[in-house]
Amino acid sequence: MSSDLVIDVSGITKRFGGKTVVDRLALQVKRGEIFGFLGPNGSGKTTFIRMLCGLLTPDAGEGTCLGYDVRTQQAEIKRHVGYMTQKFSYYDDLSIRENLDFIARIYAVPDRRAAVDRSLERLGLASRSHQLAGQLSGGWKQRLALAACLIHSPRLLLLDEPTAGVDPKARRDFWDEIHQLASDGLTVLVTTHYMDEAERCHQIAYLAYGRLLVRGSVEEVVAGAGLSTWEITGPELGRLAHHLREQPGIGEVIAFGNTLHVSSPDSTRAAQMLASLVPTHRVRAIEPELEDVFISLMRTAEDNFQ
Amino acid sequence: MRRFSFSRLWAIALKEVVQMKRDRATFAMMIGIPLVQLLLFGFAINADPKNLPTLIVDADGGPFARTLVHAMQQSAYFRVIGTATEAEAADALQRGDTQFVLNIPVDFTRRILRGEKPAVLLEADATDPAATGPALAALQPVIRTLFARDLPGPLTSLIPEEGPVDFLIHRRYNPEGITQYNIVPGLMGVVLTMTMVIITALAITRERERGTMENLLATPVRPGEVLAGKILPYIIVGYIQITLILIAARWLFAVPFQGSIVLLYTSALLFIAANLAVGITFSTVSTNQLQAVQLAFFFFLPSLLLSGFMFPFRGMPEWAQTLGSALPLTHFLRLVRGVMLKGNGLVESAVHLWPIAIFLAAAWTIALKRYRQTLD
Ligand SMILES: Nc1ncnc2c1ncn2[C@@H]1O[C@H](COP(=O)(O)OP(=O)(O)OP(=O)(O)O)[C@@H](O)[C@H]1O
Ligand SMILES: [Mg+2]
Repeated sequence: MSSDLVIDVSGITKRFGGKTVVDRLALQVKRGEIFGFLGPNGSGKTTFIRMLCGLLTPDAGEGTCLGYDVRTQQAEIKRHVGYMTQKFSYYDDLSIRENLDFIARIYAVPDRRAAVDRSLERLGLASRSHQLAGQLSGGWKQRLALAACLIHSPRLLLLDEPTAGVDPKARRDFWDEIHQLASDGLTVLVTTHYMDEAERCHQIAYLAYGRLLVRGSVEEVVAGAGLSTWEITGPELGRLAHHLREQPGIGEVIAFGNTLHVSSPDSTRAAQMLASLVPTHRVRAIEPELEDVFISLMRTAEDNFQ
Repeated sequence: MRRFSFSRLWAIALKEVVQMKRDRATFAMMIGIPLVQLLLFGFAINADPKNLPTLIVDADGGPFARTLVHAMQQSAYFRVIGTATEAEAADALQRGDTQFVLNIPVDFTRRILRGEKPAVLLEADATDPAATGPALAALQPVIRTLFARDLPGPLTSLIPEEGPVDFLIHRRYNPEGITQYNIVPGLMGVVLTMTMVIITALAITRERERGTMENLLATPVRPGEVLAGKILPYIIVGYIQITLILIAARWLFAVPFQGSIVLLYTSALLFIAANLAVGITFSTVSTNQLQAVQLAFFFFLPSLLLSGFMFPFRGMPEWAQTLGSALPLTHFLRLVRGVMLKGNGLVESAVHLWPIAIFLAAAWTIALKRYRQTLD
């Protein structure tokens, strides 16, 4: 059912001065879904989100967001979307309450004062409501930003790296909140560089050089990569890592404290190669992790597009 | 849904006021600039303007009258722009179309021939004493050598020692030639130009520089609402500045106020709006606040130098006058001086109002066109 799709776009393209930053991107996001948007720096995540909420006009492509045309009905989209920018973009010289009050006025939130109070209460900002936003620490700024983009009860939340620079506890609280909102029917599109956050999404998509490389649930993405991974323990891992990187058939070699993770798309060849290490090192096949998959994807993308 | 929303406009305006209050330095600047300038510009810069427009009211029509007019023109200070009736000349002086009116009495030629010393009346628009002073000083030598050719031989005895004609000089609007009478009303326009352009240019560029513009654009707020909401508080600031200067004019410098204060306040709105539009246009082309300030000065300096504030307008070369005529400050200066010193009403002020209105319309068209609703 198409009415169940909150975001349904295809062929979305954006060029900046001849450089294609988002390249024929197609994306469908269902209602109530938490959709994770991943990709290296400069892959076009922010640019894509800006096109979704009418801040940038796509050079090509079409589709709908909340049932409104992304090219022509930007004004309607703006009224029902909560957008949290990558860089904190509320007013440093206004207090928390003044910021929320301002946003509530702009969206003509009914019963504004009560709405602001509720929002302060709900995000635990009540005791600090008179503090200037510019004086808040990173975690509190993020809470304020979330509160502000929720104040008009949007139907779609676009979060651009909402947890960058936020401590683990605050990040966990934040994600609990996101899940709570999603279970109430809010749709969330969130970009992140953290693997643990990606794993808390219902669906993820991986973007590189403006192109969508994979999408699906975390399990589907990991399985679809066809990657085999081994964990190696033993002496002189540094030299071994160096040695392994030279070998054909070995994809990634990543050092993890006292272990090495070796992953390869060519399972049999890599297995043979690693078998030769057995007398000195312990080699154990493990499940590939999302991070292994993404690093492998990034490497392949580099080879293909650069 | 695409309608203009006053509550959103109001939201922006309120926010702007709070931010203005928090930004103590800027706020102090807005109030401090008029005061500092008032004190600094106690002294005017003098120039030597020539070719000042002069109207002739010639009730005599005889050859000596023509000689007198010719001699004045020879001095290079006076440029005869025509003859007029007494009433026409009075109007022209009031509007500022002419700087001087020379009244030659009915029996001028006859009285010269009789060896009497007839009086002519020279009325000067002395609102800007720097403009009229040198010309009036140049009159003496003109008079002394007058008629040396027309009264040859035995008639030479008709030429008295101190010249054959008595000049009665009537300095209108500013009889004592006090420079402050000219400078203080002028400061009103200068201060408004400076603060209005800089402040709006900053207010919008600041949003872009700090990244808050991205947030604002993602909300349903429309460009007209943002712009109107941003300028509303600054219009009020502009009026505070005007009031401060008027108070100083009255009690610090004792400048007379002849005209209607209501007319002054209403026409100021036009001028303030024109400057705000310039500020907004600057903000759309600058990426940071420093650039915005630089652009504002780029506009402010010619305004200061070419508007007739620093130097008498008619003393400037042709090209500078043309350039100056395009600036709203030039016309606002004349308007304010006219209202304050000459007691001009709406009719006399209209000639100064429509150039400002044209500038305003042009500036707003550019501002609205350049102001983007997206980040593209
Ligand atoms: N306004 C712009 N003008 C020109 N180039 C731009 C503009 N905005 C973005 N870019 C370029 O587009 C590319 C994609 O940028 P974008 O911000 O979308 O990446 P991102 O995936 O969000 O990266 P990050 O993870 O670092 O936030 C970058 O190379 C960037 O330099
Ligand atoms: Mg980004």
